[in-house]
Amino acid sequence: MALVEIRDVHKKFGRVDVLKGVSLDVEEGEIVTIIGRSGSGKSTLLRCINALESVDAGEIRVEGQKVYAGMPDLKKFRQHVGIVFQAFNLFPHLKVERNITLAPLLTGRIDKAKARALALDVLTRVGLADKIDAWPEQLSGGQQQRVAIARCLAMAPHLMLFDEVTSALDPELVGEVLKVMEAMAKQGMTMILVTHEMGFARNVADRIVFMHQGRVWEQGPPAKLFANPETSELASFIASAK
Amino acid sequence: MRSFSLIDLVSLFAALRWTVVLVVLALAFGAPLALGLAMGRISRFAGLRWAMAGIIQVVQSVPLLGLLFFFYFGMPVFLGIHVPALVAVTVAYTLYTAAFLGEIWRGGLEAVKLAQWEAGSCLGLSLWQQFRHIIAPQALRLSLPPTVGFLVQLIKGTSLASILGFVELARAGQVVSAATFQPLLTYALVAAIYFALCLPLTLWSRSLEARLDGSR
Repeated sequence: MALVEIRDVHKKFGRVDVLKGVSLDVEEGEIVTIIGRSGSGKSTLLRCINALESVDAGEIRVEGQKVYAGMPDLKKFRQHVGIVFQAFNLFPHLKVERNITLAPLLTGRIDKAKARALALDVLTRVGLADKIDAWPEQLSGGQQQRVAIARCLAMAPHLMLFDEVTSALDPELVGEVLKVMEAMAKQGMTMILVTHEMGFARNVADRIVFMHQGRVWEQGPPAKLFANPETSELASFIASAK
Repeated sequence: MRSFSLIDLVSLFAALRWTVVLVVLALAFGAPLALGLAMGRISRFAGLRWAMAGIIQVVQSVPLLGLLFFFYFGMPVFLGIHVPALVAVTVAYTLYTAAFLGEIWRGGLEAVKLAQWEAGSCLGLSLWQQFRHIIAPQALRLSLPPTVGFLVQLIKGTSLASILGFVELARAGQVVSAATFQPLLTYALVAAIYFALCLPLTLWSRSLEARLDGSR
């Protein structure tokens, strides 16, 4: 059984059909990168996987559990599925340590005595142990995004979703975030990424999914997909992304 | 006519207790109500949002004096209920406080980005935990200056209660001024007492604002 099973998912916003029958499986430990033009439904699909949006038709299952916005154990589910956003969304009124330990403490995952050690551990994994006592606004964009990743890691998720996490960063800060994600990939974390970083997609992903007009247009291993796109839409997308 | 004496000064300070009592009562009952109104205004239920907006609109549109008159003089006429002056005044100031603070706090809550709720929710926090630990502290900092501004208004607004017979600070000033025929001195003292009451509030709000935003 795949970790994530997406079956014929449809989603509308008003009259706009954003997802028009998306099906996709993601295996445990797999790194799947979703690429496509703006408006192709990539981010919406990611938000549906985390039940931030409910689907109009079709079904999404994560670890066998059916996912939808009003699901009864949504809180528990979200503790296992981390999502990192383009805009970081750190809590500006809390220091880095508290940003990381707030959810593990409130959800009873850890007790107070272990909180700082947990924060240090995940911050070390993203290379920011020395920033544990900093305020978010004292950090650069890249550092803030790494703290956001650390905040997710503190919940020990089984699946991580990344929604264009480098899009809001200055070019020189992109590398540090991608490096952290690459390290996570090597450790076997199951990851679904929406990204415009073609180099990263090519080097790190196990599989590339090209979305176009609300559908999975083409998918396969990066080497094959980038070298021999089967559809003209993917070929022109790759050409325009170069 | 007699000259201004220590007795007059004491009577001004004694009257101050009514000013303080009215403000404390207005806040004690008005602030929880304001929080309810603010939460209702940002609720996902349209009916509740409209109902809360309606209440706020009505109360804000009526002058404070009108509210005082309504609850003290109007209730016996319309409903046949005699309302003791303290109750009438408390209800009027409570509604006044709730409507204005409710709207100030609603603004503070809405000024916190929706993404902050989403980030909390994505970490598995309950709606209450998101509000208590993520949204409320940020909204509080944003709302603090207008809240204290309103508090200062409220302190000065208690002078209207004198119309219903409360000898609070402004009314006591009137009495002393009439007895001593020294309006300039009396009202200067009254003004100084109001100032002494409001200044610490403003200073406290500034320090609290700085404390709530330790990063600056």
